[in-house]
Amino acid sequence: MSMDRSDVHHAADTGEDHPHPKHELGYYAKRIYAIRDLLIEKGVITQDDIQRQIDYQEARSPANGAQLVARAWADPAFKKRLIDDPKATCAEMGIDATSINEFVVLENTERVRHLVVCTLCSCYPRPILGRPPDWYKSLNYRSRAVNDPRGVMREFGQELPDEVEIRVHDSTADMRYLVLPLRPRGTEGMSEAELAKLVTRDSMIGVVDPLAPQ
Amino acid sequence: MARRHHDMGGLPAGPVDQTEHALSDWEILADAVNQALGEKKIKRTDEMRRAREDMDSELYRSLSYYERWIASMETILTEKKILTREEIDRKVAAFEKKWGEP
Repeated sequence: MSMDRSDVHHAADTGEDHPHPKHELGYYAKRIYAIRDLLIEKGVITQDDIQRQIDYQEARSPANGAQLVARAWADPAFKKRLIDDPKATCAEMGIDATSINEFVVLENTERVRHLVVCTLCSCYPRPILGRPPDWYKSLNYRSRAVNDPRGVMREFGQELPDEVEIRVHDSTADMRYLVLPLRPRGTEGMSEAELAKLVTRDSMIGVVDPLAPQ
Repeated sequence: MARRHHDMGGLPAGPVDQTEHALSDWEILADAVNQALGEKKIKRTDEMRRAREDMDSELYRSLSYYERWIASMETILTEKKILTREEIDRKVAAFEKKWGEP
């Protein structure tokens, strides 16, 4: 995604097929264009700073996390390193997680599933998964994930037996979590690239298990 | 101490709407300006949270996610005397004139 640097007032236009006539923008949408222009005029930030952040966010996606999970499934030593020292192990794979203060990888087992939420707002392992989905930021998810995780998971299509324990982790500004999902049965002999295709974003937040092999 | 509006963990709530929307340009911009201000150490994540938590409760619930971000960014920037509300108002008025709105 690129922006037209020649026109500061339209610099965040993406050229995608959902144009918003500027005069129809809401109160706050107009204010962010004003804030952006004022910050640039005053030299607080530059257009390049903004563009770099857009490019960075566009380059983050659940594919990064899927790559980590697939390698962890394929290589037990890598898995151990990923759990023991997540940030250094991300760096091995070319994934920069240094902007996260504390980064914790939670390993699912047959007996325990982990579920990640940010009840207070929307903290999320952005360097690994990109921007959080709308539902993760929704008031209903934030409210219910902690006291009805089984019900929330059922809505996402995950039915767990009663004997499986669910541990819910509430993220903070300084602490971000990634679920390492359980490797699906019937995936013996699959390549890392094939395994990565089974690792969905939602399985790394913990609301569902990964996809089953075809 | 009474529970504040952002502190909703465990409160009764309905089903989780799993619909996702493609971000609009202004939302992508709000995200990027926020991250750029963080990179320059002009604001911190917990400051932004505090600004959202201090918002009027009705307003907090009525705004969309990035609208809350913009409102809290404006609070932080004006508190730190980097921008004033009046400057932002004037800029918006100039946009409206240019974009063809009364």
